[in-house]
Order: sequence, then C-alpha cells, then structure tokens
Amino acid sequence: MTHPPDRPAVSNEGYWRRNLTYVGILLVIWFAISYGAGILFVEPLNRIRLPGTGFPLGFWFAQQGSVYVFVVLIFVYVYLMNRLDREFGVDEEDE
Amino acid sequence: MSVTAWTFILVGLSFALYIGVAVWSRAHSTSEFYVAGTGVSPLANGMATAADWMSAASFISMAGIISFQGYDGSVYLMGWTGGYVLLALLLAPYLRKFGAYTVPDFVGDRYYSQTARIVAVVCAIFVSFTYVAGQMRGVGIVFSRFLEVPVEIGVFIGMGIVFFYAVLGGMKGITYTQVAQYCVLIFAYLVPAIFLSLLITGNAIPQLGFGGVDQTSGAFLLDRLNDLHGELGFTAYTSGAKSTIDIFFITAALMVGTAGLPHVIIRFYTVPRVRDARISVGWALIFIAMLYTAAPAVAVFARTNLLRTVSEQPYSEMPEWFTTWEGTGLISFDDRNGDGVIQYVGPDAQTAAGAPIENELTIDRDIMVLANPEISGLPNWVIGLVAAGGLAAALSTAAGLLLVISSAVSHDLLKRGFRPGITEQGELIAARVSAGFAVVVAGYLGINPPGFVAEVVAFAFGLAAASFFPAIILGIFSKRMNREGAVLGMVAGITFTAAYIVYFKFINPGANNAESWWFGISPEGIGTLGMLLNFAIALTVSRFTPPPPPQIAHLVNLIRVPRGAREAHEITG
Repeated sequence: MTHPPDRPAVSNEGYWRRNLTYVGILLVIWFAISYGAGILFVEPLNRIRLPGTGFPLGFWFAQQGSVYVFVVLIFVYVYLMNRLDREFGVDEEDE
Repeated sequence: MSVTAWTFILVGLSFALYIGVAVWSRAHSTSEFYVAGTGVSPLANGMATAADWMSAASFISMAGIISFQGYDGSVYLMGWTGGYVLLALLLAPYLRKFGAYTVPDFVGDRYYSQTARIVAVVCAIFVSFTYVAGQMRGVGIVFSRFLEVPVEIGVFIGMGIVFFYAVLGGMKGITYTQVAQYCVLIFAYLVPAIFLSLLITGNAIPQLGFGGVDQTSGAFLLDRLNDLHGELGFTAYTSGAKSTIDIFFITAALMVGTAGLPHVIIRFYTVPRVRDARISVGWALIFIAMLYTAAPAVAVFARTNLLRTVSEQPYSEMPEWFTTWEGTGLISFDDRNGDGVIQYVGPDAQTAAGAPIENELTIDRDIMVLANPEISGLPNWVIGLVAAGGLAAALSTAAGLLLVISSAVSHDLLKRGFRPGITEQGELIAARVSAGFAVVVAGYLGINPPGFVAEVVAFAFGLAAASFFPAIILGIFSKRMNREGAVLGMVAGITFTAAYIVYFKFINPGANNAESWWFGISPEGIGTLGMLLNFAIALTVSRFTPPPPPQIAHLVNLIRVPRGAREAHEITG
C-alpha cells in the first residue's frame, strides 16, 4: 500500500455532494422512463408506434425500453463514480 | 429419443455439473461460508446474482402471467429489474464498504441496537422462508411433469442437491454453482424463445420478433393478437385491465422490495472492492435483462399459439400435450354447451346475436413456459432443456435463500446476539446445522404447500420494501437517523403492510377488490405505502429523540467513500 488507508479525507463533503447530484439526475431519468413513459403516460404514448414495428410506444417502454434504460443508467453511474473516486483520491487502486 | 429420456439426460448432466462445482469450491472458514471470502470477481458475481434472483417465478411463471395479463404483466418486468438501479445507486457500494456478513449486521451496528438487529433477523427469516417454499414447489412440478416421478420424490432429490452444496460450500459453493446454473437457465430459456420467434415471425431475435410481422396473417403480431382478444372478449393485449394507481404502486413495491431482499443484498458483500460492487450490479442486470426482455416476447408467442391451437377446435382433436397436462390438473375442459368444441373466451364474449358465451377452458398460467415447446411442436431435446432450466432457476434461488436463513441463525442470533463467545469452528458448525435444518423445512413446505403460497409472495416483497429498504437508505444517507427512528419506522412499516395484506388475503378475502382497497391499491402494491410510512415515521421520530453517538457519524462518513474497506468494519466489529 502506498497511501495509508486512514489518510485524512479533507474533501469528502464535496465528493458526497457530487455523488448526490449524479444519483439525483439518474433517478429522475429512471422514474421518467419507467413510471412516466411506462405507466402514467402509457395511453397517450400508445397512440404512437415505435417506427417500423408493431409496438405501441408506451407498451414498448413498459415491457422492453425501461429494462434497457436501467442497464445503461447503472453503467453510466459506474463510469461517473470511478472518475469521481479518482478525482478526489478516494479510489481503491492501491488496496 | 423420447421427452423423458432427453429430460433425464439433460437434468442428470446439469446436476452432475453442480455437484462437481460444489466439491471444487467448498468453504473452510466462516468468511468463505458467509461471503465467499470476498474473493468473487464482479462478472462471476453478476452471473451468480442473476441466478440467485431469477427464481422459479421468473423462469416458469412470469412469461405465463404476462401472457394472460398483457400490459398489466409489465409490473413484473419493470418491478423486478428497476430495483437494481436502486441497488447500484443507493445500497450496494455502501454495504460493501461497511463489509458485514448479513443485512441484520448492518441494521444492528448502524443503529447500535439489538432490538433493531432482532427485528431485521425476523424479517429476513420470514421473507426467505416464504420464498424458498415456492422454489421447492417449482422443483416438484418440473419433476412430476417431465420425469414422471411423484412430486414428493422430486422435492427430495432437489433437497438433496441443495443440501449438498449449500451446507458444504456455503456462499463460496453457492456462488460458483449459481454461475453454472445461470448458464444452464439462460440457454434453456433463449433456445425455445428463438425457435418460437423464427416460427411465428421469421425473426431470430425474440425481442424484435414480437414487434414484427406475423407469418400466418401478414399483419403485425401484436395487432393480430389484439384482434383475436377482441373477437374472444378479452381485454386488448397491449392495454391493461388494472388501474393506473395500482400498476404504479405494485411496480414500486416490487422495485423497492427487490432492492431490500436480503439474499440479493448479501451477494454484493462477496466482491473484493466497492467499485466491484457497483459494476457487479450492472453485470447482474445485463444477465437478468437477457431473460426479462425475452419473457414478454415468449408471452406473446405463447398466447398467439394457444389461441390458435385451442379456440373453437374440437376437443377430440387436441394434441398429446393437452391430455398430458390435463392429467396434472393444470388444464381442465368443461364442455358446458355439449358441442364437443372448446370455447375459450373472455368475460365480454358474445355471439353474433348478442348472447353471452360461456368459457369452457381453464389453464394454469404456470404451465405456459413449460408447455410452450410442446404446443409449438419443438424437438424433444428442447423440452428436456426447459425442464433442466426450470430446475436450475429454482435450485439456485433456494440455495441463496437458505444461506440467508442459516447466517441469520448462526451469525446474527448466536455470534452477534446470544452467544458472542462462540468459536469460529462452532459458528461454522452452527451455520451448517441451520442450513441443513432450513433445507428440511423448505422441503416440507414444498411437499405440503400451505394453500396460500401465492398470497404470501405479496408479503415477501411488501415486507422487504416496508422494513429493510428505508432503514438501510436512511442509515447511509442521513447521519442524524437514530435507533429510535429506525426501529419505530421498521415496526410501523411492517405492521401496517402486514395488517393490510392479512386483512384482504386471509380475514376478509371477499372484500379483496378495487372498491374496498385504500386509494385503489391492491395488497400486492401496499408495500409502497408501508415504505413511505416507514420513512415518514423514522424521520419524524428521529428529530424528537437524541442523535446517534459520535462514532456512528464517523462510521457513516467511512462508508460513504470507497477507500479503506478494512477499516469500516473494525469500528463496529
């Protein structure tokens, strides 16, 4: 280990605020796609077809699209947090 | 070769594989038994989590339920995947940093309270037993239908296999068998899905196929299915019968319940680092999504095939699978108008003259996935493969649940509760004995299922949503949250949710309809309200009671950053 694990974490407040911002934004998208497009606005969206397919759009979001978006959201969060960890020097590279 | 011969071969081979993996990976210490020595790679953990999570319900029942409910079935698709976003963003990295063995460990330490620990242990055991009974039942059904052995023998064989690798291998054995089981179950699910998609739509990718054109009629498959539903008096497939508020609350309860289920949460204790915990949630969801995006396609294919095969066809000309399933009691035909033709119709069905038509066919929705290959006339080996896949799904989930029960007894109740002086060896023996005991109880419940297995599933998710989820979230995101708030919040959430479900499912089932429900929320969705109540009470009570001791604030600071994983646990340990 090159750094002692108990090195004072001076900038933890800033780290935590940035983390909360990321989580907040991603959860808004999470809610909008599943509860928004898949449930609350499913009927108006069902009047539109996913182009070139037989899928009513709201139905597609509820049974397909939301799952794909969930996967993307997690990987975006992983990317953002790994970058943030390095920026604030709280990553685990040397453990 | 016959279906039975293929099934024996494929199930036998898969069981041999699981046993081989279990012998190779047996556990030698409590750390290996509880959390696989925290040495699991994120990719392997993702696969293991996927197998752990996808139970007999996902593999056998889900596509069938969607097939019968159409759009309303979306609650399971969104509910059982969306929870992983919550896990990745709000729970998994912090719980890994905390570095405990069990969920009650975190609750007990963060809230410096044995009461909180005991409440958590009781919830964990209840939720897990509810679940495991359903898995053993699934094992029994697959055995009795495909291997033509009595349900009891099937359950015994399943118990024997799980006993072998859960008791010997602990988390380490379970993890690597689950990796093997994931491979078996996803292969077994996708092969028939691809066959069906090619057969019906000419597209090899089921996820695209069910939005494509039906080969028989030349119209879009979903349009064709909606038309068929209209003709037969069912609700249109792509729109639902449930109210929007109920769909909303059920989806939320399933999502939050997923994120609060102990057997899922403990999987993220098994990886080496915090960033591995984050990414293994992502891998897990990719592996889960492979099945969950195929399931609605399978549902549409199954529905179309079923309607085309049985509707308005003479009973005497039904294919062999129809009579075989009749033998199990899961399909029944009652020729009410005595014309020898099957009328399979919805509640709104009418003749051209406007007279109502009576439905004559009852089909258990659990058989749709298992019967699908036969209905479509797929080769016999595909049918055997589906049986092996169903068993993999049931056994992998059962093993994960048994580990939660065993660690709740040996670790939370003995080591951290009543017998703190127990040795490492003693704790390991206690863990194995309680895992063994749990297997036997689960087997008993599988052979003699309480009539209310389906009902209590609502309990499992509702209770996980209304108890663990708020307690853990607040423990991480609020430094001010104290013992009093957390305990009262959990107790209020559980009591409210349990009372609502017990009232509508057991005390007054006659009133279980949308008019009597509060705000139109069904018992399946009430966990969401229980969760909100838990949050509200915890936040209010904590403002009027003393703040937690200073070392708790320090602990919360530590779990919020990835660096220094070893240190966090030592503060409390």
